[in-house]
Amino acid sequence: MFSRAINRDLAHLEGKGGFSLDRLMIILCYVALITVVILPVFMILYYAFWDGTKIDIAMFKQVIFQKSNIRSMWNTLVIGVFSTALATAVGVFFAWLLGRSDIPMKGLMKFLFSIPFMIPPFLAAMSWDMMFSGRGGYVNKALMSLFNLTKAPFNINSVAGIIVIEVVYYFPFVYMQVVSALERMDPTLEESARIAGASQLYVIRRITLPLTIPAISSGMLLVLITSLSNYGIPAMLGYSQSIFTLPTMIVELMNRAGGSFEGIRQSAALSIVLVFIVSIALLVQRRLLTHGRYDIIKGKSMRPMLIKLRGAKYPLLAFSLLFLSLIVVAPIVMIILVSFVKAYGLPFLAKNLTLANFRRIFVGNIMVRDSVKNSLFLAFSAASFCLLLGTMLAYVIYKVKPKGGTALEMMAVLPYSLPGTVMAIGCILAWSGAFFGITLYNTIWIILVAYIARYLSYVLKSSSAALQQVHGSLEEAARSCGASHMQTLKDVTLPLIKPAMISGFFLVFLPCMRELTTSILLYGPKSRTLGVAIYQLRINGQIAPAAALSVVTITLIIICNNIVKAITRDKKRG
Amino acid sequence: MNQIVLEHVTKSFTTKSLGTVVAVRDFNLSVKKGECFSFLGPSGCGKTTTLRMIAGFEDLSEGSIYLGGRLVSDKRKNIYLPPEKRELGMVFQAFAVWPHLNVYENVAFPLKVKKRPHSEIKKRVALALHHCDLDGLEKVYPSDLSGGQQQRIALARAIVVNPDVMLLDEPLSNLDPHLRESMRFEIKRLQKEFGFTIIFVTHDQAEAMALSDRMLVMDMGNIQQIGTPQELYHKPVNRFVHSFLGQSNFTDVVIRDGKAFLKEDESNLLFSGTSLDLKGDYVMATRPNAIDLNRQDGYKTTILKRTSKTDFMEYLVSVGKGSIMVQTPHRNFFRAGDPCFIKIKDPAWYKPEKKDIEEERERRNTI
Repeated sequence: MFSRAINRDLAHLEGKGGFSLDRLMIILCYVALITVVILPVFMILYYAFWDGTKIDIAMFKQVIFQKSNIRSMWNTLVIGVFSTALATAVGVFFAWLLGRSDIPMKGLMKFLFSIPFMIPPFLAAMSWDMMFSGRGGYVNKALMSLFNLTKAPFNINSVAGIIVIEVVYYFPFVYMQVVSALERMDPTLEESARIAGASQLYVIRRITLPLTIPAISSGMLLVLITSLSNYGIPAMLGYSQSIFTLPTMIVELMNRAGGSFEGIRQSAALSIVLVFIVSIALLVQRRLLTHGRYDIIKGKSMRPMLIKLRGAKYPLLAFSLLFLSLIVVAPIVMIILVSFVKAYGLPFLAKNLTLANFRRIFVGNIMVRDSVKNSLFLAFSAASFCLLLGTMLAYVIYKVKPKGGTALEMMAVLPYSLPGTVMAIGCILAWSGAFFGITLYNTIWIILVAYIARYLSYVLKSSSAALQQVHGSLEEAARSCGASHMQTLKDVTLPLIKPAMISGFFLVFLPCMRELTTSILLYGPKSRTLGVAIYQLRINGQIAPAAALSVVTITLIIICNNIVKAITRDKKRG
Repeated sequence: MNQIVLEHVTKSFTTKSLGTVVAVRDFNLSVKKGECFSFLGPSGCGKTTTLRMIAGFEDLSEGSIYLGGRLVSDKRKNIYLPPEKRELGMVFQAFAVWPHLNVYENVAFPLKVKKRPHSEIKKRVALALHHCDLDGLEKVYPSDLSGGQQQRIALARAIVVNPDVMLLDEPLSNLDPHLRESMRFEIKRLQKEFGFTIIFVTHDQAEAMALSDRMLVMDMGNIQQIGTPQELYHKPVNRFVHSFLGQSNFTDVVIRDGKAFLKEDESNLLFSGTSLDLKGDYVMATRPNAIDLNRQDGYKTTILKRTSKTDFMEYLVSVGKGSIMVQTPHRNFFRAGDPCFIKIKDPAWYKPEKKDIEEERERRNTI
């Protein structure tokens, strides 16, 4: 009997045969990932190319060459390219201004940059629509009466409008990447150029910019990929004028089909087109990232020499503050104002203000109350599942290191690069009775499954980064102290990565709270989410109540965000 | 009594790029109870792999390991005891002090795992902390302590269970030179106090010489020599051991009739001695401090270069196309370019290294 126990330990050490904790985890990871990720992806391919009896490419061709679909592809590309180019320019400018110049009030500006990350894009789009919509936008109306115009000066419900709003929303991605590269860049690289006789402008052009090109291009591609697969902004701004992009077209096809086989096949085919376009961008990104030619990172951040703006200082400051308050503060103020107005379109006068919108959404509106409950439930459960599965995956991939580790990792990050719309179509196809007769469609569970697939990689990333910091000898020290494998996991490994796990939980919780893209395709009569509820209120013309619910959502997000900050700040021991 | 016994221990593994690499080959060793034994060798020689096999973190490919008379690893009999059941103390190069536990919790961990009563844990931790000079730091977290203090926590954690065997994996290499010296002393003191057997892995010859009762030198997975530090220094069995302990000069020579001539110029007599009864091609190994540099006696040559060191003078003198390093007291003064004579004392003679050994060394260096 003794020798059998020993056998098992030996088998475990060699990572083969026998039953062990590690083995169990490997199997669980495979089962979970195949269920949550592989089945939906497979179903999209299956439906796009399989007409029930044979491989069928005719339908795929027909979908691709349909005029309205070509139009939406064109729109997607135009919006993607232009918003990326403009967002990059704006992002790099502000990164340089805050990273390298002596402009004052950097703290305030940095805070303002972080706000767009908290507000879901479709909410921002909705707020911009309230200001600049061609028909009844408040700012448009004000300008018309002020200058006696007969036509609205701005029309946000256009391709150009969508581009502008995406720029406003996405340029912080570029800013963040570039500013962190600037902070980590060894200042002596620039200083030695100055010593060599180069002027300030020359240094920016020939040293600073080239060195930050990897950061710029990675931020750029992030914007491009996000823009290509974004649903919220084009849906909010383009729908009324029938301006479609690929993601909104997929949803539209799905809605028009009303569940017919042919309609589902068409949206699956269009999904493949979208995935194809996004994967080209992803491939470029992968190439650039692995091409880490410039090793400018020098560990600790150093104090770079700040460039004096002199006379340009205060004009630039005024411009920056004006710009930031317009793009960051104005939408929030707008949404808050509208949430208190009796009816959308009335001027903001004391007699027109009311709390009725809030009463209306909470009292007597079962849909809204359900949506709050649903979103909290979904966010909490998805975050918990992702935490469990993602940490287990990270442990398996980076500590157990089984043969198929790379395959596991690829499966786990695949949904991250897939547009949410596509993932949702896959979930519908997979969980409407296709496997074992399981039908989750129209229930809250299908949304949960989709959320888990979409956000799993967030936890995987934060947990594996933490696990890789845990030196192998920390675990071996516990084993040599007499702790078993299980005890070591429980007492050493898990406590060490606890801070990363907590932040991983909220990294999933927050985006789930404000999710629209997948839920808009997956919701059923009783499983509306906050995002869906706001969107539907808005589409049904109940704009003021939609604003009220938005205010509630933003408040919830800010509260959760602060909880995260409070928790992650307390990591002295971590 | 033998505390640690390794019999025919071999470890090989296969990688895609290199094929099969034998990390440790037919390793046989008995370490006596209470002995301090060092494994010395360059990185990649297999010393750490051997230590990890003793600890149970690596499996053997062949052979068996006994700890305190108990068979803990034997591939053929399919016996393997996991590390937590081997009851060893171990200290790692990177300290491996858990950052989420304070000093007390770190040191108490092995006792808690063994479910000792609370009062006993408290007493023994206090004692261990006292022995490692960590009194009063119980509540402090490791990140607030210096490298030397962190390594003392690791030591305290290892001695708290009173192990029979202590495995030290380059425990001093992350410390600055000054601390290293005092920690060396500390380890010796603790060993005297607790009487455990030490296996000490290092690539630092001075450390091994200072600490060990006996030691071995490894290269490319093979034990080169086992013995006391003095034996290894004065009677190295091969060129590798000679070069790894202390400084060495190697000169290619041809030996005829008790006389060693320069290989490249066989009329040039370098050394003659009555006891030299070898014949043919050899490598002459000399210690720089065992060469007499003077103005009238021995092999006639010139000074190429002079370097002043703190405790001696170092001269490079030309020998054929090559050179030999000589160390002498400061008062023995020459200038670069001066003619001089050298007289070699007690050289060692080795057969020239075979080509395939050099190739194997090359191959391993690419790992």
